[in-house]
Amino acid sequence: MNINLNIEKPIFIQIAEQLEDSIFTGVFPEKTKIPSTNEISALLNINPHTVLKGMNLLVDDEIIYKKRGLGMFVKEGAVEKIRQKRQGQFYNQFIASLIEEANKLHMTKEEIISLIERGYENERNSN
Amino acid sequence: MNAIQIKNVTKQYKDVTALDDVSFSFEYGKIYGFLGRNGAGKSTLINIIANRIFADNGEILIDGIPVKENMKIHEKVFCMSEVDLYDTSLKIKEHFKWINRFYDSFNIEKAFEIAEKFNLDTSKRYKALSKGYQSIFKLTVALALNVPYVIFDEPVLGLDANHRELFYDLLLKDYESNERTIILATHLIEEVANIIEEVVLIDKGKVMLQDNVGSLLEMGYSISGLAHEVDAYCVDKNVIGYDELGNLKIAYVLGEKAPLPKIGNLSLSAMNLQKLFVKLTEKGGN
Repeated sequence: MNINLNIEKPIFIQIAEQLEDSIFTGVFPEKTKIPSTNEISALLNINPHTVLKGMNLLVDDEIIYKKRGLGMFVKEGAVEKIRQKRQGQFYNQFIASLIEEANKLHMTKEEIISLIERGYENERNSN
Repeated sequence: MNAIQIKNVTKQYKDVTALDDVSFSFEYGKIYGFLGRNGAGKSTLINIIANRIFADNGEILIDGIPVKENMKIHEKVFCMSEVDLYDTSLKIKEHFKWINRFYDSFNIEKAFEIAEKFNLDTSKRYKALSKGYQSIFKLTVALALNVPYVIFDEPVLGLDANHRELFYDLLLKDYESNERTIILATHLIEEVANIIEEVVLIDKGKVMLQDNVGSLLEMGYSISGLAHEVDAYCVDKNVIGYDELGNLKIAYVLGEKAPLPKIGNLSLSAMNLQKLFVKLTEKGGN
């Protein structure tokens, strides 16, 4: 979990995003317990109600679930679920803003496509 | 009703009105930030709640019980404050012993545990402690007292960064296992911004604002760009302050975020709690 919070987004949303990212990258594997609200609250100096609000977003998304008296656990299939969710968000999060910035800089579609190709090229060479 | 209810409280010091018909409540089970500039009336109100001074008008009820000259409320509310109300020649461990006799809800083992975490030498006399350790002693007492309402008036005064973190840590751990009302009166707004759930802001003896921190932060934002574009955007907005830097103008706005105009180069960013506080309390002079 990243512990640097910013002010551009509500804290509970940042908590949810960072937990989700940690689940996706395998820091908290499926079927295991994630840290409790008080552990996170004390580590980040955040009101426990805020932490719980963030966790509840992931409960609603069926990424984690509550085992009564034991804490929150990562659901089986959570990683795949997060992958699908993020793929769904890919256009809005990256492509739309990419085009907006490109337009501001008067860059053409062709230039952008060739930059993307160059990016993949660099990636191949470095591997 | 489980709350500290402040009803029409007025307090006058000669020609200064410290509190002017103040009414609001601190509800049970929440962490509050009680904010205000120097001289806003914070400490006056805290002292009235703690039964140390009396209001000229109005009353305070704790869980429905009137506070004024009522010994029963000592098991309800505890106030850690800046002023030294302790016998300065007494050793810390003796203080603990006496407090243990006065308060049923004092947990003396917990007090010694917390003291140890802060490396507070309990065999020292109060007056031999540094400013920081005097604060640590006072907040140790407050943390070890299991009363439903605890007020911390400038709890971290003189504490180094490590000890401040330790304090917030202990406070939150304690709150998790034992929910109660915690009221933090502090000038270090950013340090407590994520800890508190509700804000009460008083200014010039009046309550200026009471709101949930989350919704308050959602409401406040800044808009920056060329002066005329900023002014055009702000026409129908509740602007609480401006900053200017050459051609760049920054407006601080409270309210719903309206979409930015397509043309022009305005940019919108969030405002932190401290900025919001500063802008709100400098409106109208000072």
